[in-house]
Amino acid sequence: MSNEEEQGRTNEEKDAAPQSEPVPASEPDAVEAAKAKPETVAAEPAPIQPMEQEEPALVRAAYEHPLAIRITHWVNAISLFVMVTSGLRIFRAFPSFGPKIPEKILLSIPKSITLGGWLGGALQWHFTFMWFFAASGAFYVVYQVISGHYRTMLFMPRDVPGVWPMVRHYFFFGPKPSATGQYNPLQKLAYTSTIGFGALSLLTGIVLYKPTQFSWLAFLFGGFHLTRVWHFAAMCGFLAFIPGHLIMVLLHGWSNFFSMLSGWKREPEYQE
Amino acid sequence: MITRLEDKELKRQSRRQLLKLAPVAALGVFAFPDVSTRLVAAGVRFSDWAAGVLFRSQHRAQTFADSEVVPFAKFPYNGYDVLDPQVNLEKWTLTVEGNVQHPGEYKLAQIQALPKIRQNTRHICVEGWDVIGSFGGTPVSEFLALVGADTSARFLEVECADDYYESIDMASALHPQSLLCYEMYGQPLDRKHGAPLRLQMPTKLGYKQAKYLDTIRVANVLKPGKTGYWEDQGYSWFGGV
Repeated sequence: MSNEEEQGRTNEEKDAAPQSEPVPASEPDAVEAAKAKPETVAAEPAPIQPMEQEEPALVRAAYEHPLAIRITHWVNAISLFVMVTSGLRIFRAFPSFGPKIPEKILLSIPKSITLGGWLGGALQWHFTFMWFFAASGAFYVVYQVISGHYRTMLFMPRDVPGVWPMVRHYFFFGPKPSATGQYNPLQKLAYTSTIGFGALSLLTGIVLYKPTQFSWLAFLFGGFHLTRVWHFAAMCGFLAFIPGHLIMVLLHGWSNFFSMLSGWKREPEYQE
Repeated sequence: MITRLEDKELKRQSRRQLLKLAPVAALGVFAFPDVSTRLVAAGVRFSDWAAGVLFRSQHRAQTFADSEVVPFAKFPYNGYDVLDPQVNLEKWTLTVEGNVQHPGEYKLAQIQALPKIRQNTRHICVEGWDVIGSFGGTPVSEFLALVGADTSARFLEVECADDYYESIDMASALHPQSLLCYEMYGQPLDRKHGAPLRLQMPTKLGYKQAKYLDTIRVANVLKPGKTGYWEDQGYSWFGGV
């Protein structure tokens, strides 16, 4: 590259407007063309127009799920999976709520849906993930209360009249009630119930883990023996919730599912 | 709250928020069996540590009236290999070792001469069943005093006439309801329940309450892989209730 050419390019860069095309400096014709271009552009206010055309392309979106909610949702989802599958394995060791003698087998749970391989292995998973489950649950509740975000999901007495129309819509092909907020009354009922199941499984779990150290809590649940029934019932609550939840996620498509990963929901159904 | 923003900006925001969630993917390490085996074992160790902190050395387990005790025939026999290891009850002695002033062989009569306790307590199995039984024996703490044990030591190890072995934290061993048990339902312990002497501790799960005791050792260090028959295979070492 000669000095002359170097000089030529520098000039071209100084002269050319930022939107000009990069031009090989070795072609004098092109340099000329580039120099001429800014004048052409200045002559017509065309570049502004495309910007105006883009404006209607704004999308409606809502930041529905704060980071704390998304983290606890997924930690909870993983923990619940582990707690239920390892818990079923533990239950398999004594699948009864009656006396040991005579033992009446209540349920035979197939090994294939359990985790841990044997009672000891399942207990290891259970005793590890109980901390994740408890920590994410406690953090979730504290966050919801302090941030005020609970208002979007907590089922309140005023939501009661809205439950039946949603049930009618989902199960009996009734008309779709108009969406008024992030969650409809039936969703609020379901999500609020899971917090109840979580609290029940955690408190009964504490009793089963240390019935003597927490004898006062064991007393509240009607003793060690009955607490096992409550603990199992809490799991049944989750097992009732999860399939419905997953079906709804499937039915509502990618954008809805992705919002639990990114927080943002594109084109939500509700206004404001 | 609905906002309106450019498609590009929405995508940028979504990507940023998605990345912030990425640390949760760290839980995916549990999907690798080699890693998860170590992690869940560590989880149990952490739980055992917490259990040790929660343990209240003077808090008594619930006791029951004689009417609430299950009939003797409904108290399960539970063993891991043999129910009757053919202990010679005539010649039986308990070997005492470790951090004690008077190591040696102790006869059952010497143990029975110590203060006796009878208690109706709940026996809880790791499998999930529980049964209220009636037990009699001498507090472990009385026997440890007799042999001049260093109760500031950390562990009590026991070996059994079968291949079973166990170790217990000293705080639990000294609990007022922890017994060297030689009676059930007012009768001498039968062979299948661990004759002539077993541990009976309502603050521990069943597998900690070793039967057919043969040797007791007071120690500060446990040999790795020799902490308890089931514990060495994955059960919680603390095993408290």
